[in-house]
Amino acid sequence: MSTPVRERPAPEKADGRVSGGLLDPRQLIRALPDALRKLNPVTLRRNPVMLVVEAGAAFSTVLAVLGPSLFAWAVVVWLWLTVVFANLAEAVAEGRGKAQAATLRRARTGTRARRLTSRAPAEWDVVAAPDLRQGDLVVVEAGEVIPGDGDVVEGIASVDESAITGESAPVIRESGGDRSAVTGGTRVLSDRIIVKITQRPGESFIDRMIALVEGADRQKTPNEIALNILLAALTVIFLVATATMQPLAIYSRSVNPGGPDSLALTGDGVTGVVLVSLLVCLIPTTIGALLSAIGIAGMDRLVQRNVLAMSGRAVEAAGDVSTLLLDKTGTITLGNRQAAGFVPVAGVGEQDLAEAAQLSSLADETPEGRSIVVFAKQRYGLREREVHGARWVRFTARTRMSGVDLGDRQIRKGAATAVMTWVREAGGHPADEVGHIVDGISASGGTPLVVAEKGRVLGVIHLKDVVKQGMRERFAAMRRMGIRTVMITGDNPLTARAIADEAGVDDFLAEATPEDKLALIRKEQEGGRLVAMTGDGTNDAPALAQSDVGVAMNTGTSAAKEAGNMVDLDSDPTKLIEIVEIGKQLLITRGALTTFSIANDVAKYFAIIPAMFAAVYPGLDTLNVMRLASPQSAVLSAVIFNALIIVALIPLALRGVRYRPSSAAKLLSRNLYVYGLGGIVAPFIGIKLIDLIVQFLPGMS
Amino acid sequence: MSETAAGLLFVASLIVALAVVHRPFGDYMHRVYTSPRHNAAERGLYRLLGVRPDAEQSWGVYARALLAFSLVSVLFVYGVQRLQDKLPLSLGMGPVTDHVAWNTAISFVTNTNWQAYSGESTMGHLTQMAALAVQNFVSAAVGMAVAIALVRGFARHKAGTIGNFWVDLVRGTIRILLPIAFVGALVLVAGGVIQNLSGPHEITTLTGGAQAITGGPVASQEVIKELGTNGGGFYNANSAHPFENATSWTNWFEIFLLLVIPFALTRTFGRMVGQVRQGYAILAVMGVIALGSVLLTNAFELSGGGTVPQAVGAAMEGKEVRFGVSGSATFAAATTLTSTGAVNSFHDSFTPFGGMMTLFDMMLGEVAPGGVGSGLYGMLVLAVITVFVAGLMVGRTPEYLGKKIGPREIKLASLYFLVTPVLVLAGTAAAMGSERQRASMLNSGPHGLSEVLYAFTSASGNNGSAFAGLTVNTPWYDVALGLCMVLGRFLPIVLVLALAGSLAVRSPVPEGAGTLPTHRPQFVGLVVGVTVVLVALTFLPALALGPIAEGLS
Repeated sequence: MSTPVRERPAPEKADGRVSGGLLDPRQLIRALPDALRKLNPVTLRRNPVMLVVEAGAAFSTVLAVLGPSLFAWAVVVWLWLTVVFANLAEAVAEGRGKAQAATLRRARTGTRARRLTSRAPAEWDVVAAPDLRQGDLVVVEAGEVIPGDGDVVEGIASVDESAITGESAPVIRESGGDRSAVTGGTRVLSDRIIVKITQRPGESFIDRMIALVEGADRQKTPNEIALNILLAALTVIFLVATATMQPLAIYSRSVNPGGPDSLALTGDGVTGVVLVSLLVCLIPTTIGALLSAIGIAGMDRLVQRNVLAMSGRAVEAAGDVSTLLLDKTGTITLGNRQAAGFVPVAGVGEQDLAEAAQLSSLADETPEGRSIVVFAKQRYGLREREVHGARWVRFTARTRMSGVDLGDRQIRKGAATAVMTWVREAGGHPADEVGHIVDGISASGGTPLVVAEKGRVLGVIHLKDVVKQGMRERFAAMRRMGIRTVMITGDNPLTARAIADEAGVDDFLAEATPEDKLALIRKEQEGGRLVAMTGDGTNDAPALAQSDVGVAMNTGTSAAKEAGNMVDLDSDPTKLIEIVEIGKQLLITRGALTTFSIANDVAKYFAIIPAMFAAVYPGLDTLNVMRLASPQSAVLSAVIFNALIIVALIPLALRGVRYRPSSAAKLLSRNLYVYGLGGIVAPFIGIKLIDLIVQFLPGMS
Repeated sequence: MSETAAGLLFVASLIVALAVVHRPFGDYMHRVYTSPRHNAAERGLYRLLGVRPDAEQSWGVYARALLAFSLVSVLFVYGVQRLQDKLPLSLGMGPVTDHVAWNTAISFVTNTNWQAYSGESTMGHLTQMAALAVQNFVSAAVGMAVAIALVRGFARHKAGTIGNFWVDLVRGTIRILLPIAFVGALVLVAGGVIQNLSGPHEITTLTGGAQAITGGPVASQEVIKELGTNGGGFYNANSAHPFENATSWTNWFEIFLLLVIPFALTRTFGRMVGQVRQGYAILAVMGVIALGSVLLTNAFELSGGGTVPQAVGAAMEGKEVRFGVSGSATFAAATTLTSTGAVNSFHDSFTPFGGMMTLFDMMLGEVAPGGVGSGLYGMLVLAVITVFVAGLMVGRTPEYLGKKIGPREIKLASLYFLVTPVLVLAGTAAAMGSERQRASMLNSGPHGLSEVLYAFTSASGNNGSAFAGLTVNTPWYDVALGLCMVLGRFLPIVLVLALAGSLAVRSPVPEGAGTLPTHRPQFVGLVVGVTVVLVALTFLPALALGPIAEGLS
C-alpha cells in the first residue's frame, strides 16, 4: 500500500500561471459510456440548457422520421451529438476523480482493527474498520494500516501517509501536541501507537475524500446557481424569440406566394428541423454544456495540488478573498533564524570572530547553531573540523549560553546579558560598542548573539529570520490582484516590522495570540472582506472556523482539520496563494465561456436568418456575409459548429482559462478581447470552413 | 445652411443645454429625495392621505403602496371617462367606450400614453385636465420614486427599508415636476402653444371648406407630456399639431424637456451612492447609445432611401415642413429613446431603416436615457447583468457599487429583462397569427409587420408612440395592448423594488485593485455592448422580417 495515488502537482510554469492536467484523448473514449448514460432526461434536468437541446433533438427525430431527408437526418444526428458532447465534458471531468476514488477505496476496505478492551494489561478484540465508533481505542503496530481517523494518545511512530498525500517520506506522529492526528488508511512503519478514534463511522477523511473527488455530493455553489439562472433566462428569451417567429414567417411567406418551398421555409412556416436548429444555436449551449465540468475540474485542480476542499463554496470564496493571513514562521520565513553576519568589535578581525563563532557552535545541533557553522564556512571559507580534547558547554535555560573549552581557550556565545556577565566575572570590561552593536541588530529585527573568549568580547553574531525566496514577488502579485497580506507572528513589533518590510507584506500582527487572530479576522469581515488563513494547531481552530477560507495543514490536529474548510495534504502554508488563484481561475473560466457562448450567436444569426428567409425576401441574402453555399448547408454548418465547439473547449474547461495575477481592469480587457471579440469572430470562420465541406454532401443544394 | 449642418447644430445645442443643467438639476433632485424636511403643503397632503411621512417602508410595503395607488388611479381615470357626459366641460362629448376607456386609463397610469382615441374628438376638457394630465404628473413621479428606491438599495447598508413611497411620490410631483411644468408652460405659450378653455371653433379654410378647431388647456398639458416622458397629446396629431408644437424652437424645447430629467437623474444617482463618477459612467452609457441612435436616425432619414424620397429630394412624407427632416428625425429618436412616445412626424413614413431605429430604441428597453425614473432603473438592471458576466471574468463574485450580485439579484434582474421581450414577441405573434387582427394593418408585406411589431413594442415598453398605419381602435387591440402596458409597467417595477430590497440588506464589499472598476470607459463600452447585443439577438428574427427585409429589398 505504498502506491502514490495522486500525480504530483504539475510543475509551475515560469510565468506563474496555474496549470492543470492535460486532456488525454483516451479519457474521452473512456467517458463515452457515462456520457450516453447521462442522456436520461432525469439526470439532465439539472442542466436546463441541455435539457432544451435534448427535447429539440427528440422533436427533430420525430420530424425526420415523418418526413425523411438527408438534411433533416444530418441535423438530427448533430443535435444528438451536441447533447452527447455536453455529457462527455462532464463525464471526463468526473472520470478523473473516479480513478482516484477507486485507489482510495482500496485503502479503506478490508482493514481490520485491534480494539482495546482494557488499557492496563493490553487486551483487544479484532473488528472491521467500518465498525469502529468514536472514542474507541485501537492499537496499531509497525506494518499495520491505521483503521480510522484519530489522535495518538500513547506512543510515537513513523507513519507512511502516501495513500493520502502521495508523499513517500514518512512522518512522525506522537501523542500530545500538534502532531497527534493520524488518518485512516495510512500505514505505521515503525513502533507502536494507541489511537483514539475521532471519526463517526462512514465519515472518515478517506470517505470524505472519495466523495469529494467523485463529485458525488457536489452542491452547486451560489455563483454557479446565479449563472444557471442567467442562462435559463437567456434560454427562455431565445425560446420565445424562435417560437414567436413562426406566425411572422407564415405571414411573410403568404404575402410572397411566388417563391418555391424550401427545406427551410414552406407555406406552413419555418420547418421544424430548422426552427430547432436555430433555437439550439442561439441558446447558450457552449457554457451550458461545460458549466458543470468547469466546476468539477476546479475542485480537481485543487486535488492535484493536494488540497482537499470540503465544499465548492470554499473554492469560490477563495477567489473572493481580499485579506490573507499568513503565519510568519514556515510561510514567509524559512522557519528558523539563521546567521546572517558577524560583527566584530574594534580590534578583532572578522575572520577571528568567525572562527570563534564556528568553534563554539560545532556541537550545537540547534538550527541556529548549524546555520552559524554553515555561514562561517560559506562566507569565510572555514571548514568544519574535528576538534579533539574539547569540552562542550551546552546551552541551559539558566546560563543562556553555550560554547566550548578547548585547552586554555574558553569560548562562549549567547544572549548579550548572559555573555557580558560572564565576561565581567572573568575580569573583562566589555566596551560600550558591544551594547551599540547589540541594540542595532535588535532594532533591525535580528537576534544578536554575543561571542566572547574569556574576559574579552569578540563580536556579535547577527541571526535573522530569512524570508523565503520569491515571497516578495508573490506578495506584489497579490497586491495587484487586490489582496492584502497580513503577517501573523509572535515576535515583538520591532522584529515583526523588520521582517514585514523585508517580505513586502502589507501589514503585520505582532505578539499575536489566538484571540488577536480571531479578533483581526472579525474586524476584516465586518468591513466586508473575505479572509483566508492557514493553521494547524488546536488553538488555531476558532480562527480557522471564523475565516472564510480556512486551510488546515494535514499535519495539524483533528480539531484544526475539522474547523477549516480545506485541508492541505502537503502541509505547505504558501499554498494558500495557489488556492486563491485557482478560485479566481474557476470564476474567470465560467465568465469567459459565457461571454464566448453569447458572442457566438451573432455569427449564427448571419448564417441562419438569410438561410430561412432569403427565398421570401431576396434582399436578406445581403446578410449572408459568409456566402454559405445553400440554406441547408448554412443551417447544418451552424449546428455542426455549435456541437464541435463544445468538444474543442473541453480542454479549456478542464484546464481553466489562463490566469495571471493582475488588476481587475487588465484581466477584463484581456478576457474581453480573447473571449468576447474572439467569440464573435471565431464562428464566422468556423461555420464558413464547415460549410466548405458540408456543401458537397448530397441534398445540400 | 444645409439640412445636415442645421441638424448637427440642433443636436449639438441640445447636448450643450443638457450638459449645463445636468449638475445643478441632478443635485437639486438629490436634495429633494434625501432632505429630512417636509414643507407645509406636503404635510397637509400627508395628513389628508393619512400617511406617516417619516416611517420607512420595506420593499414589499413600498410595492404594495405603489400598486394600490396605481389601481385607484386606473379606476379614477376609467370612471371620469365613462361619466364625462355628466361632468362639466365635456364639450358635449359622450362617454368613452369601455375598451377605449380601459386602454386609456391603463395607458396614462403606466406612463405609456398610448392613445387609442383622437383627443379633440373624444375627451372633454375636464377629462383631459383632471384625469389625463394629473396622471401625466403622478405616473412620472411613480417612475422616479422607483428609480430612487433602487438607488437607495445600492446606497444603503444592512437596511431593511428603501424609503417611503408616499413621500417620494409627493416630493417628485410637488418639488420637481410642478415647478418646471409651470415655467415650461409659460415658455411654450410664449412660443405660440395655446392655453384656453374654449370649445370648438368653426372656421372656413383657404379652400373654402369648414373645419372645427378645438381650443383647450394645451400648453399646461404639453409641458408635462414631455417633461414626464408621457407623450399623450392633446390633439391626435400630437406634437405635429401647430397648437402643441408651434415652431422649430418649441420643437427644440420639447426635446430638451423630455430628455432633461432622465439624464439628470444619473447625477442624482451618483450623489446618492456617494460616487459621482458612477453616475457619470451611467450617463456615458446612455449618452453613447442616445447619440448613436440620433445620428443614425438622422443619417437614414437625410440620405432618404427609397424611390419617392429620391424623386422629391428628401424623405418629407409624414414630416412637418416647419421641423424639417432632421428636426423630425431627432425628435423621433428622442421620443423613442425615452419612454415619451410623443411624435412630431409619422414614424410609419420614415425610411425603413429610420423606422427601424425608432423600433430598436424602444427594444433597448428605453434606457438611453429612458423614461423619467424607468430609464435609470432599467439601465441599472442592465449594469447588474453586465457586471455579473464581466465580474466573473476578473475572478471574483461579481459586485456592483460594493454590493455582491448573488443568485437572488440575478434572478430578479433576469426576470426584469425577460418581461418586455416576451410581451412584445408574444403580442406580435398573436396578432400576426390571427386573420382578423391582421386585417387592422393598412400596409401589407414587411411594412405591415413592422406596424404590428411597433405597436406591441411601444405598449410593452410603455413608450406610447404609434407607428401609425395600424387600426388599433378595436376591442382586441385595446385589451391586448392594455395588458402589455400594465404588465410591461408593473412587473418590472415590482422586480426592481424587490431587487432594491435585496441589495439594501447586503453589507458593502470594500473596493480594491481586484474589484471590477465600474466607472471607466471600459465598463461603459461593455454595458453599451451588452445592451445592444442582447437586444439585437432577441429581436433580430422579428426585425429581419420587418424593417430589414423592407430596407434591403
